[in-house]
Amino acid sequence: MDQLLQHLVNTLIMGGTYALLGIGLTLIFGIMRIVNFTHGELYAFGAYMMYFFAVILGMDFFLSIAFAIVAGMVLGAAIEFTLLRSKRGADIDTTMILMIGAWIVLQNAEHLVWGGIAKSVPSPLPSEPLVIGPISISWLRAMVLLIALALIAGTYLVINRTKLGKAMRATFQDSGTAALMGVNINAIYTMTFALGSALAAAAGALLGPVFVIAPTMGDLASLKAFAIVILGGLGNITGAAIGGFILAFAEEIGAGYISSGYRDAMGFLIIIIVLLFKPTGLFARTERIG
Amino acid sequence: MKRLLPYLAVAFFASVPLWLQDQYFLHTLVVSGIFMLAAMSLNLLLGYTGQLSLGHVAFFGIGAYVSALTSLGFSISIFGYQITHEPWPAVVGVILGTIVAGLCGYLIGKLAFRVRGAYFVIVTISFAEVVRLVALNWVELTNGPLALPGIPPLTIGFEWTGYATLWGKAQNYYVVLAAIVLAYVIIKRLVYSPYGRAMIALRENETLAMSVGVSVTKYLVLAAIVAGAMAGTAGGLYAHYIQIIDPMVFMFLNTVTMVIMVITGGKGTLAGPIVGGLIFGIAPVVLRSYVGPELQWILYGLLMILIVFVLPDGIVPAIERWFGRTSESAGDRRSLTLETSKASQS
Repeated sequence: MDQLLQHLVNTLIMGGTYALLGIGLTLIFGIMRIVNFTHGELYAFGAYMMYFFAVILGMDFFLSIAFAIVAGMVLGAAIEFTLLRSKRGADIDTTMILMIGAWIVLQNAEHLVWGGIAKSVPSPLPSEPLVIGPISISWLRAMVLLIALALIAGTYLVINRTKLGKAMRATFQDSGTAALMGVNINAIYTMTFALGSALAAAAGALLGPVFVIAPTMGDLASLKAFAIVILGGLGNITGAAIGGFILAFAEEIGAGYISSGYRDAMGFLIIIIVLLFKPTGLFARTERIG
Repeated sequence: MKRLLPYLAVAFFASVPLWLQDQYFLHTLVVSGIFMLAAMSLNLLLGYTGQLSLGHVAFFGIGAYVSALTSLGFSISIFGYQITHEPWPAVVGVILGTIVAGLCGYLIGKLAFRVRGAYFVIVTISFAEVVRLVALNWVELTNGPLALPGIPPLTIGFEWTGYATLWGKAQNYYVVLAAIVLAYVIIKRLVYSPYGRAMIALRENETLAMSVGVSVTKYLVLAAIVAGAMAGTAGGLYAHYIQIIDPMVFMFLNTVTMVIMVITGGKGTLAGPIVGGLIFGIAPVVLRSYVGPELQWILYGLLMILIVFVLPDGIVPAIERWFGRTSESAGDRRSLTLETSKASQS
């Protein structure tokens, strides 16, 4: 029982960052319909930027997180502007191949710039864990969860409560009509991709100090993000948030009670099972199966 | 001239081991040939049915592992039952690898073709990742990350002729060449048969094809079986040539290599994966003396992006347009290519 409680706490902490990854991708894959293989690289990029600002430049820990998020946003905007803007309306295979190319370039560039040796970012918080009864949580992980939840809430408010969010929703519902109503749809496309990328970078910047930072860390992150998006239903932000926690839970249980080697297999099994039995995702209202 | 081109190409490649002195380059050609075979099988799915499978390396790896384990033998216990397998000849391994990969093609086809587009892509990637994790973690069978070493090379011959073991690079080269020629003939026959027409019809407009009575699942699953089996053969040849395999054969980058070969050469053309396979088989060797592996991959990625912008149909259709052939067979093929380009624009 105590073990299960500890697993649940771990689920909450991983789930927060998975939810960030998933919400970022659901904006890009679910709403913009771009099969974004660079998502995991943006996650790795966020982690490396965290290392760059916090360790190399020696800046404040929390300020570094903010800067890493902004850097991810800029890189995302640059990808959208250079590769996707002229291919708008192209079929899904074309943009997918572009994204695979961009992914290979980004990952190997990270390898070239930072080297293959894993990096770590020291935490400014006390290393003594917070012990509540049978459960122990490190201060760092608790802080990661709090920041992740704040970012999730912030994104939800931006999409649902601001004029920008309204313009985004209008553009992806009917870009022609949105343009006629005076929405600058080119800017909206770039901003949505940048917002999704910023959330991936945020997940990387938050998890970088918890784990180690390596060039290949993005591979599984991309695929896990796809699992979360499919679980929650395309374009469903609440679904993606819940999906992040479900994936984290499945991984914890899989690693804790089956075998730690199959932790990463859980996401893929979830994808296969969900697509076979409920391809619209667990929380979808409309039929969308590609 | 156009009709003669495949024969001239085969004659040229058959002569290569006779005059090529550089053994390392010959080795490169053998490995490129094996990946070319896998790319040709991927082209059947990607080019002719229009389904982008990014899990193709799973079939390649399954073929490699089945073939290796058949020829090495194994002993595992499942639910308390001890299963022991004595080593069988390598050729039997390749055949079994082909059959098992084809069966996996059937199962995955049945499951994955329930969804289309991006969902199909993600299901196929997930399948390949699950297979990779099984190969990594089922240590008793696959030896996990410690790899399966000492896989015996292929032997050919019959009881009454005596057996010859293919240790050399030149002998393996001819085996791979023969496999490519065979695969080319099979794919060509299939594509120009009513089955192939049905596959192309599904690629062009699935709803319309269904309305005239084309059974979607049947033809897509057939393509998946043939493609899976062919990739399995390639994997089996790879295992017996390299003689050691580890779960790294399931790397996503191997799938990416196959996809690059197909789209660079020209998807939905018979010669496309062969041209693309030659370019991306030989390019690493040429590049290796100038740049490190990371920069080499960066160049691949940039080239992929460039191809999408400059030659969206690939090299072979571009060359065919350049020469503007009018003979009947060329016209036939060009109509296929034109269909491809239309499909990629829609």
